[in-house]
Amino acid sequence: MTAVTADVVVIGGGLHGCSAALNMARRGLSVVVIEKDFVGRHASSANAGGVRTLGRDPREITLSLASLDLWHQIESIVGSDCGFQASGQLRLAETPEALARLQRRVDMLTSQGFDHEEIIGADEVYDILPGLRPGCVGGLICRRDGSANPLATMQAYRAVVLAAGVDLHEGIAATGATRSGGTWTVTTSAGAFEAPVIVNCAGAWADRVAAWIGDMVPVTAVAPCAMITSRMPPSLGPVVSTESRPLSLKQFENGTVLISGSLRGVADRNTNVAAIKLAPFAARAATVLELFPAMQGAQAVRFWAGIEAATPDGSPIIGPSAAAEGAFHAFGFNGHGFELGPGCGAVIAELVTTGSTNMPIAGLEVDRFEADPGVADGARRDPIEQGVDHAAST
Amino acid sequence: MSGETIDLAVVGAGPAGMAAAATAADLGLDVRLLDEQPWPGGQIHRGVDRLAGPKTTDDPDRAAGRALLHALRQSKADYRPRTCVWHVGPGDDGVFELGLRCDGAVALLRARHVLLATGSVERAMPIPGWTLPGVMTAGAAQSMLKASGLCPEGPIVMAGSGPLLYLCADQLAAVGADIRALLDTTPRGRYFRALRDLPAALRAPAVLRRGLGLLRAPARRGIPVHRHVEAVEAVGDLGVTGVRWRRGGRWDQTDCDHLLLHQGVQPHINLPRLAGCAMEWDDVQHCWKPETDDWGRSTVPGCWVAGDGAGIAGGEAASDFGRLAALGVAADLGALTREEAGRRATSHNRALAPLLAVRPFLDNLYRPDRAFMLPADGTLACRCEEMTAGDIRKAVADGCHAIEAVKQYTRCGMGACQGRMCGSTVPEVIADARGVPVSAVGTYSQRTPVKPLPLTELAKLDTVLNPPSTETAA
Repeated sequence: MTAVTADVVVIGGGLHGCSAALNMARRGLSVVVIEKDFVGRHASSANAGGVRTLGRDPREITLSLASLDLWHQIESIVGSDCGFQASGQLRLAETPEALARLQRRVDMLTSQGFDHEEIIGADEVYDILPGLRPGCVGGLICRRDGSANPLATMQAYRAVVLAAGVDLHEGIAATGATRSGGTWTVTTSAGAFEAPVIVNCAGAWADRVAAWIGDMVPVTAVAPCAMITSRMPPSLGPVVSTESRPLSLKQFENGTVLISGSLRGVADRNTNVAAIKLAPFAARAATVLELFPAMQGAQAVRFWAGIEAATPDGSPIIGPSAAAEGAFHAFGFNGHGFELGPGCGAVIAELVTTGSTNMPIAGLEVDRFEADPGVADGARRDPIEQGVDHAAST
Repeated sequence: MSGETIDLAVVGAGPAGMAAAATAADLGLDVRLLDEQPWPGGQIHRGVDRLAGPKTTDDPDRAAGRALLHALRQSKADYRPRTCVWHVGPGDDGVFELGLRCDGAVALLRARHVLLATGSVERAMPIPGWTLPGVMTAGAAQSMLKASGLCPEGPIVMAGSGPLLYLCADQLAAVGADIRALLDTTPRGRYFRALRDLPAALRAPAVLRRGLGLLRAPARRGIPVHRHVEAVEAVGDLGVTGVRWRRGGRWDQTDCDHLLLHQGVQPHINLPRLAGCAMEWDDVQHCWKPETDDWGRSTVPGCWVAGDGAGIAGGEAASDFGRLAALGVAADLGALTREEAGRRATSHNRALAPLLAVRPFLDNLYRPDRAFMLPADGTLACRCEEMTAGDIRKAVADGCHAIEAVKQYTRCGMGACQGRMCGSTVPEVIADARGVPVSAVGTYSQRTPVKPLPLTELAKLDTVLNPPSTETAA
């Protein structure tokens, strides 16, 4: 069988793979995307839809702010508003100690020149959230943050990627990648693809692709979970989290309320199955009812889990391979990669076409874990999947 | 994690569940029988110990139901009515974890083995107007009649195919229902084609005799029966006011306040799917069913399926399948030897043989007609998310081939009913649009909770799992 040739082969048709492909195609490259299931099958659709710059690791802040600008013009980029609502993200301080912690964070950000996170007092908190139980002392808000609909987003990206001329192959799995004479050959369950450049956006499976390239990365597959309720009277406030306990709560346009926040199940990436654990769901339900008494009439309609890659330090891997020429990575988003999708794809396209980027992505290198004793066998052992509870939530 | 671990949790107190629970308890197992309804019996024996019931052709069922109930009451099985099982999954230490709710309380139950005896559900019949108030399934009307003695008031039309349609018509007519017409959608030619399966079916003469009696019953009660109806539409704006139908190319219509639809039943597989049981396509019955061995063992170790939930064979067969599964569980747990289980299974298998021999005849005769499985573009396929068949066809045209892709594209199956209503229609439309067999499309993946769970009750589970002394800060 003759190999299909292109300028770039992207492995993984999630939000990051599609966004990178779209940006590269718009820069005039011929792009192939290989997706083992279908576009957005896993974390890209299963995530909670948070468009959040609030609370980001310092290494991600500039990129997340650039991506947020793109979310604010998402319709001009992908032809759909993706359900994006700039309703803000608000982290509640339930105690003075929590408020002090939030203030320390703002001080740190100010010293680095960032002003997107803003402390607000109790009065404003209750203006924004009239249904919140009494007693909160303030909060931290990112007013330009919000949420989008992951399903609508992936529909839009799929359509626009195709319209941009990307050669999208769904339902075929990459089985290996080798480089010879400046050309990568990606073997798949349906023939080979050749290109001078490959981009690894394979999500929870990305460490395997990285290993083909020669980069050993100690990621684990995790299963972030969420639940959705029956339709409730609309409040359409911000996405709410709390400083002192895990919770993320948002209402969609159709009235359903999504509840998540460090919910972790059990992932098995060999079978594509992510199983939930009941106990954390019950704990989140209790927190929601305590904070928002009006939610007493809600019914939990659906619990679900997605499969996602987690890195040891909780931040993603974005940038060129450390081991081989013509290979780039964007994966390991630890359950908070949705917001970064538009911006990260633009950065990858810039890296691929110009060899560099002005976006500060220092600290997100693929080889930053090499001192980690788990690296060598971490990438090679067939994965022992386990739930890892990270503080971050989408 | 708190709570004891029992030997066997049986879900569903229909004939399979009642027989299995009694059999397993008699063999010394610690058994709990969980059922959503306030009284045992399942759909077929609903209310068997309470209402005298109308004198109809289903009298043999009532005698069988009373016998099952007697055996259950004599056994040590712990029967829990009004208990909804909203979750089943792997717990710790290789046992199953079941999420229960009962009278506003929630609990987790740990069980070494789980037997899912959840019976069957009616296949949706998405004709134009099927979501109008006043249109419901024949089975729903039968449930109301059996549970509460209620019968729809005003003129009724019944439409569809299959034995249950005739049984319901007979039962409703017996309590005075005003049935204006019975529209039988079984296509011309089905009877002739089913004839090749008749010799095998003759091994169960009682079943055939009863079926024949049912077919004649509506006419005997003076209900006009229209056979080989090709199309049916519910008419009305705010509610159904009449029914139109086409027969031999000619349209006819009648006024009514109620339209009762039915085109056969299929295994109720929500819990088996949630438990992770592998499914197989039954081409004759035109439905998915869990893969099971002769004992009802699914592909998930320790998870068993018995009765109509494992493949439609009727209530009488279900009780024997339930007993076989109980023997299998008991043998696995060492409560009896494999040899003894095999010896005891012989009589159940002998009783099952004629009941299974009659199935190909019935299943081929009453296979749902494609015309009634594939709604027109403007007709709703998914009520919860208000998606029409045309929306689904558009999703396929836009490149969604897998059912999970269509689900993510349209949200079909993500609403309050979790695909119970549209789970048979949506795959049919996808398969038709793609030009592939429906078996190639697969089924929705099932999510917890199987039925909506009040947030207040879910929160109580937090107290169950984390007693108040240990404040949670997960």
